[in-house]
Formats: sequence, structure tokens, C-alpha cells
Amino acid sequence: MTALIFIIFAGIAVFCGISLVAQTHPIASALSLIGVMGSLAVLYLQLGGEFIAMAQLIVYAGAIMVLFIFVIMLLNAGAEASSRQISIFARYLGILLLAAFLGLISFIIQATLPKTEGVVFGAFQGGTAANFGRRLFTAYLLPFEVTSVLILIAILGAIVLARREV
Amino acid sequence: MDLLNFFTISLIKAALIAFILLTTLAYLQWIERKVIGHIQLRVGPYRVGPHGLLQPLADVVKLITKEGVMPSHVNKFFYLLAPFIAVVLALISISVIPFGPQITIGPVTTWMQLTDLNIGILFVLAISSVGVYGVALGGWASNNKYSLLGGLRSSAQMISYELPLALAIAAPLLLANTLSFREMVNYQSGYWLGFIPRWNVIPEIVGFSVFLIAGFAETNRVPFDLPEAENELVAGFHTEYSSMSFAAFFMAEYANMVTVTAVATLLFLGGWQPPFPEPYSDVIPILVFAFGGLIAIFHGLHPARRMDKFTLPATGLVFLGIAALFGVSFFVPVLKTILMALFWFCGKVGILLFLFIWVRGTLPRFRYDQLMRFAWIVLFPLAIVNLLATGLVVALTSK
Repeated sequence: MTALIFIIFAGIAVFCGISLVAQTHPIASALSLIGVMGSLAVLYLQLGGEFIAMAQLIVYAGAIMVLFIFVIMLLNAGAEASSRQISIFARYLGILLLAAFLGLISFIIQATLPKTEGVVFGAFQGGTAANFGRRLFTAYLLPFEVTSVLILIAILGAIVLARREV
Repeated sequence: MDLLNFFTISLIKAALIAFILLTTLAYLQWIERKVIGHIQLRVGPYRVGPHGLLQPLADVVKLITKEGVMPSHVNKFFYLLAPFIAVVLALISISVIPFGPQITIGPVTTWMQLTDLNIGILFVLAISSVGVYGVALGGWASNNKYSLLGGLRSSAQMISYELPLALAIAAPLLLANTLSFREMVNYQSGYWLGFIPRWNVIPEIVGFSVFLIAGFAETNRVPFDLPEAENELVAGFHTEYSSMSFAAFFMAEYANMVTVTAVATLLFLGGWQPPFPEPYSDVIPILVFAFGGLIAIFHGLHPARRMDKFTLPATGLVFLGIAALFGVSFFVPVLKTILMALFWFCGKVGILLFLFIWVRGTLPRFRYDQLMRFAWIVLFPLAIVNLLATGLVVALTSK
């Protein structure tokens, strides 16, 4: 059952990922990205990271991507105009090269990463919001606070930039 | 066998909840038109059935049989996808809303809820935050400047009002220390001094107000219905939609209303917990229904009201029957648990829904800049201060 759900949503994620690159229209690409995030959230949920899954949906799919779509709609960006003519020869060679490149990458990853035990769905139980918060405010307090300062700086920078325009 | 059992129970519950929810949505629209009508000194729908009671049915038939117009200039895929996204995401949230406590019917023990996630509150937040895509995409795909403006407004408005909404939700979460709706309601059981209900609305009155106001904006209701402001934008994001795709947007709006009021009830108003201690709260439904029934019969038999000679006494008899059902339930414990929980839960949700309709009938629409300023300058700081105060109190009082 879990394997089936994993295959379905991993498939959706890969499909949406390819669609994200292949689509010519920015709105279609943005929606594909939302599809990737949604299926990733399901995978997190399967692995036991329930809080991460919901945060993924709320923050990425619900807030950041809404802003993306907002900007695309506001600028009324049209479909990408492809001016370059790609020869058939280059196109087929590209597929071959891509396959070779992916094979190389996967070989390197297989060779360099340490051998670990396989992932078992449902084995990890520490993904609740309470566990998450406890880790965040004890073990990872410094990175957490540094990140919030970073975000504050980014907000201030955005305000300064916007002020100059007005 | 166990899995099969679980599957059957879930299927029955899902069918029941879906049926009740869809009927509620249809009749909510009838109630809204009636209430708005009476607020504006009209009678509202009156032609189809007694007091227009069959109007929702007529509307459904009308919308289904109408031609679905596909304008030639739209982006077809997204134009068709948008109402689908809107209605599916609006209906999903109800699956984590609990209506009552655990009940045992014969060999079966189950909760009056489709499924309990221990992150149920976050789930509702996530679904509602993704729900904006239906409106935004619909506005964009229509390829029409009014629709586009409606879609833009709705995405800006939803991003802005989601922050105070989430911050207002966080305060009761701090108090109850849980993200599950069930535990949230259990936390609110009991009474201070023996008679004041331990509902979150009492310490969190500010949070409750912020949540309700942001809820109005999240559901695109008056006074925040800028995405479909008809005097500026024709019909806003759904200008180009007709037939069932229009009905889908319409249904999504009402489903979102039900979700927001149900969440407000669960987080702030104690869910299905009665407002009075046990022996007194049990007789209240009987009194309410019996009294309502008697009033209806009295008015129906009054010679001055010839028009309602049959409808009012019939309504009165139905009300008396419900009162009798509550009376019978005193001898059947299971029935009593179900009926009491449903009465208090639906009563609270109904009062909040009435508030939504009442506001629509009485308040004018905000201007767009006022809407944004209100979110960022009033609601957002208010929600943050409320959250900080709640956090301080929790930190000082907890061991």
C-alpha cells in the first residue's frame, strides 16, 4: 500500500518536474512546480514528517507560489518565444548525452554515498509539531535565530529598495 | 476483516457527510437569500414550493441544464481546471472537522468525524491557502481584464489576510497545546466557577475577532468581496463562467464559509460542548424546539395570517416532533450523545453563518486600499500582540 502511494506520488513529482522545464508558458510552469511541491508533501507525510508536509504546503504552495503567480499575472507574461531553430541532429544527440550524464551522476552518487539501510515507511515517528519545535529551539537554536535575522535583513532590504522607487 | 470493517464505516461516514454537506450548501443559499430579503424588506424567494423552499432544487436544475459557454479567447485547459480546483479544495477540508464525540452503535465504536489528523488544524490552513489558485487561475485564464483584476485582487487579499488568520489560530493552539481538533475540543470542556464554559473565546476574544474578520476576507464575502465587486468588475473572476463551472465557484464560496465557521466553532466556541453544565444543557434543545413549534402553530392558526394556514402549523408540528425526539433520546444514551453534540455544534455554526449573512446584508464594501491597509496596519499587529500576550501568559502559568 505504502509502496503504491510512493510510486504514484513520486511519479507525479517527476512528471510535474519535467513539465516545469518543458512548458513554455510561465503560469503552466508555476503550476507544475506546485504539483511537485504537493506530491513532495505527500512523500514527507509518508516518511512521518507530518509537520514538514503541512509546512511545505502552507509556505511553498500556499504563500510563495501564490506570489509567483501573482507577479506572472500582474506582468501578464506570455508564452516564451523560441527563436532558435534546433536541428534534429542536435536534438537526438542531446537526448543521448542527457542519458549519459544522468547515468554518470547516479553512478557517482552510488559510489560516494555511504551505504545506509533502506528507508522504511512508518519507521520514523519524531515528525510531530511538538518534536519539531523542541529540536528547533534546543539543538538548532543558533541556525534558527540566524535565519530569522537573515529574513529580517531581506525584509529591510526590500523596503529600502521599494522606498527609493516611490 | 478489520480493514474491511474500517473501509465500510469510512465509506458510510463519507457518504453521510458528503450528502449532508451538499444539502447544507444548497439550503444555505436559500437561507441567505431569505435573510437578505427580509433585511431589505423583501420576501426573498417565494414562488417555488412553500416559502420558496424548493428554490435550491430549481437552481440546481437550471444550472445543470444551462449551456456551458466556452469563450473563444480563453486558455482552455486552465479555464476548465480553475473551478475544479476551487470546489475540490473547498470540499476537502470538511474531512477533518469533528462534529461530535466518540459514539458506540451496537458493535461499532467510531468518532463523529471522517478522519482525525493530529495536525488537522494545519491541514485546514494548508488547504485553504492552496484554495486561492482556483480563483486566481479562473481570473487569469478567462483572458478578460475584469476577470484578471478579480484574480489579482483575490490573490493579494488572500496572502494578506492569511497572516492574521494563522496568527489568530496560533493563540488557542498555544493554550491547548495541540494541533488536533478533537483534543482542542476536549481541552475546552468543563466550566470555570461551575457555570462559565471554558471556551477559548473568553481568554481569546481578540483572537476570535481577528479570526472572524480574516475569515470574511478569506471566503471573499462582503465587506471584503473585492474580487467580485460588481460595480467595478462586472462579476470579477467568474465573469466568463456559466452553467456548472459557475456553480462550482458558487459552491466553493459557500463550502469555504461552512469550513471557516466550523473551524471558528471548534477552536474558539468549544465545538460540541454545551454552554451550560450537564443537566441544564440537556433540556435546552427540547425547550427551544417546543417553544419554536408552539409559536409557529399559534401564528399559523391566527386568522390574520391566511397565507400561512398550512405552512406554519406544519413547521410547528415538525419542530414539536424534533422536541419529542430529543425527549425520547433521554432513554437512548447513544441517540442522546449524537443529538446533543449535533445540536450544539450545528447551533454554533448556524449562528456564525447567520452572522456572515447578516454582515452581507448590512455592511458596505471596503475600498481596495482600505482593505489592504486594514489587513496590514490593524489586523496583523493586533494578531501579533494577541499571540505574544497569550504566549507570555502560557509561559508564566505553565509548570
